[in-house]
Amino acid sequence: MSEYRIQGATGEWEVVIGLEVHAQIKTNAKLFSGAATEFGAEPNTQVSLIDAAMPGMLPVPNEECIRQAVRTGMAINAQINKYSRFDRKNYFYADLPQGYQISQLYHPIVGPGAIEVILDDKDPEGSTKTIGVERIHVEQDAGKLMHDQHPTMSYVDLNRCGVALMEIVSDPDMRSPAEAGAYVRKLRSILRYVGSCDGNMEEGSMRADVNVSVRKPGEPFGTRTETKNVNSVRFVMQTIEHEANRQVDVIESGGAIVQETRLFDPNTGTTRSMRSKEDAHDYRYFPDPDLLPVELDDGFLESCRNSLPELPDAKRHRYETNLGLSAYNAGVLTAEVETARWFEHLLNHTAAKQGKKESEVAKQAANWLISELFGALNKVGTDLAASPVSPEGAAGLLALIGNGTISGSIAKQVLEMMIETGDSAADIVEREGLKQESDTGAIEAKIAEVLAANEDKVAEYRGGKDKLFGFFVGQTMKAMQGKANPQVVNELLKKLLG
Amino acid sequence: MADLTELGVAAIRDGVANGDFSAVEVAEAFNANVAAAGELNAFIVATPDAALDAAKATDAKRAKGEALGKMGGVPIGMKDLFATRGVQTSAASHILEGFTPEYESTVSQKLWDAGAGMLGKLNLDQFAMGSSNETSHFGNVVNPWKRNDGSDAALAPGGSSGGSSAAVAARLCPAATGTDTGGSIRQPAAFTGITGIKPTYGRCSRWGIVAFASSLDQAGPMARDVRDCTIMLEAMAGFDAKDSTSLELPVPDWEAGLSADMKGKRVGIPREYRMDGMDADVAKSWDDGIAWLKDAGAEIVEINLPHTKYALPAYYIIAPAEASSNLARYDGVRYGLRDLPEGAGLQDMYAATRAAGFGAEVKRRILIGTYVLSAGFYDAYYTQAQKVRTLISHDFKNAFNECDVILAPTCPSAAFALGEKTNDPLSMYLNDVFAVPASLAGLPAMSVPAGLNREGLPLGLQLIGKAFDEQGVLNAGLALEQAAGFSGKLEKWW
Repeated sequence: MSEYRIQGATGEWEVVIGLEVHAQIKTNAKLFSGAATEFGAEPNTQVSLIDAAMPGMLPVPNEECIRQAVRTGMAINAQINKYSRFDRKNYFYADLPQGYQISQLYHPIVGPGAIEVILDDKDPEGSTKTIGVERIHVEQDAGKLMHDQHPTMSYVDLNRCGVALMEIVSDPDMRSPAEAGAYVRKLRSILRYVGSCDGNMEEGSMRADVNVSVRKPGEPFGTRTETKNVNSVRFVMQTIEHEANRQVDVIESGGAIVQETRLFDPNTGTTRSMRSKEDAHDYRYFPDPDLLPVELDDGFLESCRNSLPELPDAKRHRYETNLGLSAYNAGVLTAEVETARWFEHLLNHTAAKQGKKESEVAKQAANWLISELFGALNKVGTDLAASPVSPEGAAGLLALIGNGTISGSIAKQVLEMMIETGDSAADIVEREGLKQESDTGAIEAKIAEVLAANEDKVAEYRGGKDKLFGFFVGQTMKAMQGKANPQVVNELLKKLLG
Repeated sequence: MADLTELGVAAIRDGVANGDFSAVEVAEAFNANVAAAGELNAFIVATPDAALDAAKATDAKRAKGEALGKMGGVPIGMKDLFATRGVQTSAASHILEGFTPEYESTVSQKLWDAGAGMLGKLNLDQFAMGSSNETSHFGNVVNPWKRNDGSDAALAPGGSSGGSSAAVAARLCPAATGTDTGGSIRQPAAFTGITGIKPTYGRCSRWGIVAFASSLDQAGPMARDVRDCTIMLEAMAGFDAKDSTSLELPVPDWEAGLSADMKGKRVGIPREYRMDGMDADVAKSWDDGIAWLKDAGAEIVEINLPHTKYALPAYYIIAPAEASSNLARYDGVRYGLRDLPEGAGLQDMYAATRAAGFGAEVKRRILIGTYVLSAGFYDAYYTQAQKVRTLISHDFKNAFNECDVILAPTCPSAAFALGEKTNDPLSMYLNDVFAVPASLAGLPAMSVPAGLNREGLPLGLQLIGKAFDEQGVLNAGLALEQAAGFSGKLEKWW
């Protein structure tokens, strides 16, 4: 991949990017209260006395949140801190009932780790890059202000207030919008494998603060800006592109970059200033005296480690080396945990149905899943998660192809009917009479008809025009209504033409 | 019938259980005393019906032959820092005036479960910040004690649990809850001739207690004598999963373990507490205490607590720092006072609400706390103060290698007059100089009346114990109490 550079009037500029990703921890209860965390509930229906910061209420840590943060840290090979602590970040805002957010500044639960990203999806064998993760800490989310409910007043919804977040802070290691996009996608994939976050960016379960600065290659870091709460991979990339170009313009026209917080506007694809460093809060962080330090013992860490699933990198490697899949297919199948899970079920059933080893049917299953099923589902506007065809049902279809009952082209039709009706492949083939003809007698009869009807072409072929062979195959298949076994057709044609 | 309000916790509990009198008779007697003591201003809200309802429940239980709780039939006063369901919980502030919680604090619930009833919500220094009860939004409490010089000066009942101390001393209730952050149980107990213990940090749940300084706040009982405090502390203490700092330890049967025999016990006398210019009567009462414990069989040893002089400055950094953050929730958005000037925005609302809702002392501490946590000052103040706190804990740990319990005065003086220190916060803060070290170290500490000074005012002696060793503190307290023979009798003038 070529280096990403911004062409300025004074020469080339390099972009430096760091991301702080906020990932909502997948739990039923909030970080310090028992209130529910379901998305889309009526305003203020998921608020405990603690979330509303009633007098005398105290936070009690939810162990599941700690566990998920630790597992996430382990998944990126990070240092797990056996001693961590919660701090208060103090500021006033109407969506923050306590007047402080409980976070971890001084002693985060997870220390340095790393994530390896493939820079180009289309070229999985191309270059990879390791992006450092400085830390992961656990903190509370704030509530939400609603400004559109009343002409002169704002309303407050505290449902999100106190929901557990992991803040995953990268090193300033990314150098292009594409790298940042790849990092977010990979991080999202890992979180979903681990099960610590559902990664749903539209619902706000994952969002990024994007730190961008520019510099002439080889020079020290420039002043950065931070664009808050960007909630899709595309917007992260747009933010970087816009912000980097804006910074180059400012510097080249004699200005200086101010360290500030900015907002991304998805409608225009641009960023604008929210507040400058001078207006920045003094958060007066100090250890939360309501909470004891979090101390993790070896048994807890061990159980976290044992609960980790096979992660995308390991899985991709196994698919390539053990199953013999292409790097591209392995990459596609492992990018999303649901896809991998579906594929592995398919593989399992396919091997069982065909009485073969998984490695013997893996290529067939992978190719079919990627080139047939994805397309067919896409055509009817659905995806794998909502697929009307189960992995077991699909294995039934693959078995029919494998034992020669139907051809690949008939299989396409069968799949469409399976999606439409939910019936099994075998039933459809039986009902629709789609069984492939392998009876040489019946095929020979049709071939004789085809050759008789095309005597001129037969002469040309025999005169050396080999390319016409395909024409005869096509005509025979047509005459057989596509149900002839193509291998048998080939053999017979060669014999009868030869 | 004898005056039931002359009885303490143990006597009421036993009398009700034996059928000498009914719980309702007890409640009625105390309700009458509360109603007649408006001049003391000890209660913010009286709840005579709650006291009667609890008493009726106890009497009904006894009629059915059911066992009565540890506090069966005992009506008590509840410091208005504890959330009480359906009853205003104000922390003596304007900002929480009219706030009526839908929940009950763990400690108050445990007391009701043990058979106690509530006579009312007791006055205190606003948000428990003060040493004279003068910072209450609902006016100061008056100490029922008077000097014997005929001056009739109104005296401070101590603070912050000043309503509790005055009410117990004046026989408006046999016992009351207090909270102690830097002496708020012990100093008012000393000023009014009653007994009060702050247990080890974490013994009593903080859930439902309006927070002042979370790492220091601890609830405890205030009553007429050591046994009464012991009984009530047993009812209040215990692990609470809703408070992360709660101690996961069983509550011992302290009452059964009470013993005034000090044989084999070493009592430490800290050199650093004997300060230059110490009040002569306070010094004398300390010497009396030493003699009494020696007579009870204890060995007296001199000990060093070298970092004592840094305790008060460290406390006045840590406590305000935590308070500045704990009090941020009173912002006018969800409950309590809201001052929303015409055309005001969010920031204006915060400013107006908090300016009107907090008193001067609370504002002073919020300002101090905000300052010491600010960027550029944090390390110089907060971090240093935390280091001092650690050193003070080490001082005690070392001292307890040489002794089992520490004896010291509770306060540098007897009760001062109302208004005497109002304009001099530093001299007010100095009142807690002997109380604060045990708070910083989270240790159990108790004040026991030791007699009267030359002005006829009570003086308290303080016992500080090892962490979790409430029993050692209570036993030494009992030994002092028996030797001192303090009657607590005072002349009723209200």
